[in-house]
Amino acid sequence: MRALKFLLQKELRQIFRDPSIFFILFIMPMIQLIILPLAADYEIKNINLGVVDHDHSEYSQKLINKIVSSGYFRLRDYSATFPQGLHAIELDKTDLILEIPAQFERILVKENEATLFVAANSINGVKAGLGSAYIQGIIQDFNQDVRMQWIQLPRLSPQPTIEVTSSNWYNENMNYKVFMVPGILVMLVTMIGSSFASNNIVREKEIGTIEQINVSPLKKTQFILGKLIPFWMLALSVLTVGLLIARIIYGIVPLGHYLTIYVFAAIYLLAILGLGLLMSTYAQTQQQSMLVSFFVTMIFNLLSGLYTPIESMPQWAQIITKLNPVSYFIEVMRMVVLKGSGLVDIKYHILALLGFAVFFNTWAILNYKKRSG
Amino acid sequence: MQAVVVENIVKKYVVKKNTVDALKGVSFSVDKGEIFGIIGPDGAGKTSLFRILTTLLIAESGKATVDGFDVVKDYKQIRNRVGYMPGKFSLYQDLSVQENLEFFAAIFNTSINENYALIKDIYQQIEPFKTRRAGQLSGGMKQKLALSCALIHKPTVLFLDEPTTGVDAVSRKEFWEMLHRLKTEGITILVSTPYMDEAGLCDRVALIQKGGILSINTPKGVTKEFKKPLWAVRASEMFHLMNAIKNDNAVESCYPFGQYHHVVFKNPGDDKKRLEEIIQTNHFSQTEIHSIEPNIEDCFMALMKE
Repeated sequence: MRALKFLLQKELRQIFRDPSIFFILFIMPMIQLIILPLAADYEIKNINLGVVDHDHSEYSQKLINKIVSSGYFRLRDYSATFPQGLHAIELDKTDLILEIPAQFERILVKENEATLFVAANSINGVKAGLGSAYIQGIIQDFNQDVRMQWIQLPRLSPQPTIEVTSSNWYNENMNYKVFMVPGILVMLVTMIGSSFASNNIVREKEIGTIEQINVSPLKKTQFILGKLIPFWMLALSVLTVGLLIARIIYGIVPLGHYLTIYVFAAIYLLAILGLGLLMSTYAQTQQQSMLVSFFVTMIFNLLSGLYTPIESMPQWAQIITKLNPVSYFIEVMRMVVLKGSGLVDIKYHILALLGFAVFFNTWAILNYKKRSG
Repeated sequence: MQAVVVENIVKKYVVKKNTVDALKGVSFSVDKGEIFGIIGPDGAGKTSLFRILTTLLIAESGKATVDGFDVVKDYKQIRNRVGYMPGKFSLYQDLSVQENLEFFAAIFNTSINENYALIKDIYQQIEPFKTRRAGQLSGGMKQKLALSCALIHKPTVLFLDEPTTGVDAVSRKEFWEMLHRLKTEGITILVSTPYMDEAGLCDRVALIQKGGILSINTPKGVTKEFKKPLWAVRASEMFHLMNAIKNDNAVESCYPFGQYHHVVFKNPGDDKKRLEEIIQTNHFSQTEIHSIEPNIEDCFMALMKE
């Protein structure tokens, strides 16, 4: 026990003595937490619109104004012919072309029906899909306005219609920040937990101090605990600072209890630190350990449901997310913050994480050898 | 009882499917309280041998005991009683002198006060800098700190892997004086070094080369094994002199040594005459020939040839 106390003391001394560690541990995550949620916005805005207007009528002007004033579109190109408009897409000047045929207004008034043509650049599929959906919605709206002006609708609609209204639960205003910030916080805690601990042990290998420890009567578990506990504490304090930022800057107050988050985070970090220790027992240089943990955390984060919903991933990827501790924590964070879940609701998540913790740490302890063959 | 016994230790490394023999059946024993030097060039297998004896590495075959404990079976006992100073300075550079010492005392379940008497002489020299970070010490001071850390748990056997490599001449001399003081405390010291001139400071030395032991003897004994007369030759044209001597059939070996070339003949006889003949036929100037006593390096060169 006395040796463990000295190990912890030494580790904390080294951490707080290194100015760069302090910066990397606290300042960098905070900057990321403040910038990333602002940038990681799913709403597609600023779609560049090209218009080919063959009509030049009052209606076509009205329609274009309506589209541009929606806020989703920016009028970037106004061509006389469709090939010219297409050229603008090829130059990446515009994302979407709206072609208004000649005599659009006349036909619409006369025959109660007119056609418009929309072409979208679908290199970015999401942008093309959402862009054409937005423009269709706006045109429909425009259509409604025109009909209101011209036709007196009967009091009861001649055809039966079903109108669907929806209400959003848990995140009424569909504020994506409430959804993203807890997830990004998990990502940051994970990066600190896995790569820092592993780098730290590998550094002892590189400097050669591990040799001195290996010839001492110090036990393997003492050594590993001496590495695990300081980083466990550090990651929890990063989580605390992160939750404070979420509350102060984004006004995110978890519906559930903070304690639920901490209980889960404590177990989660055991698993993630175990993974970091495991990587360190294999790596020989800091460069190796950095690259491996970069690779692992990258995959973990992309397959965690942070950016894209797990449900829309292919079957095999969904299986991988089950083996990914990060996806559990992100889910739990969102459950606690948005739905107010308690410990009972996340019991299976806790069990899964305990499993990961035991698995990674046992493997790490078995693989850490004080002697080589 | 002997402090260290090594019997037929073999260690191989596999590097890209090629096996490299680091140690090819090494055997020797070290008496209690002896300073035993392991002398050999880089890559001779010194570090591998030390790592096996300090239980960091497991040998392919052979047996070794330290203080009567087997290095494989009783590694736990050995770790309590040996001190190891690796070749590379490996203390925490970002901890102060005192913190390093405290830490190493703690992981050996002891404290500085308990064994202060043993390290007092060495530690006193660096004590004025005890709040300084270990990374900011000079080479010699780092060495003293590393030795203090290796001694803090009062080991019975001390393993020093190339302790004087990269240390200036004055510090090297001081370091050896410290080792002799430790010897009087009854500590057995195994020290490896690539410097032949340090061999004379050991009680006994083992000359090691390419994983095999060439000779084990006292420093004087090693030089006595050198049977043939040794000549030192110099001239103003040293390089041509070397070529001329090497071209002569009667010469066994010729190698540069300081300001002179050392020459050994295959069949000792009228060696001096022969050397004079070589000098005359080649018209060398400012020549000097005299017979000298062989030192450890000469013995090493001779043993390597065999």
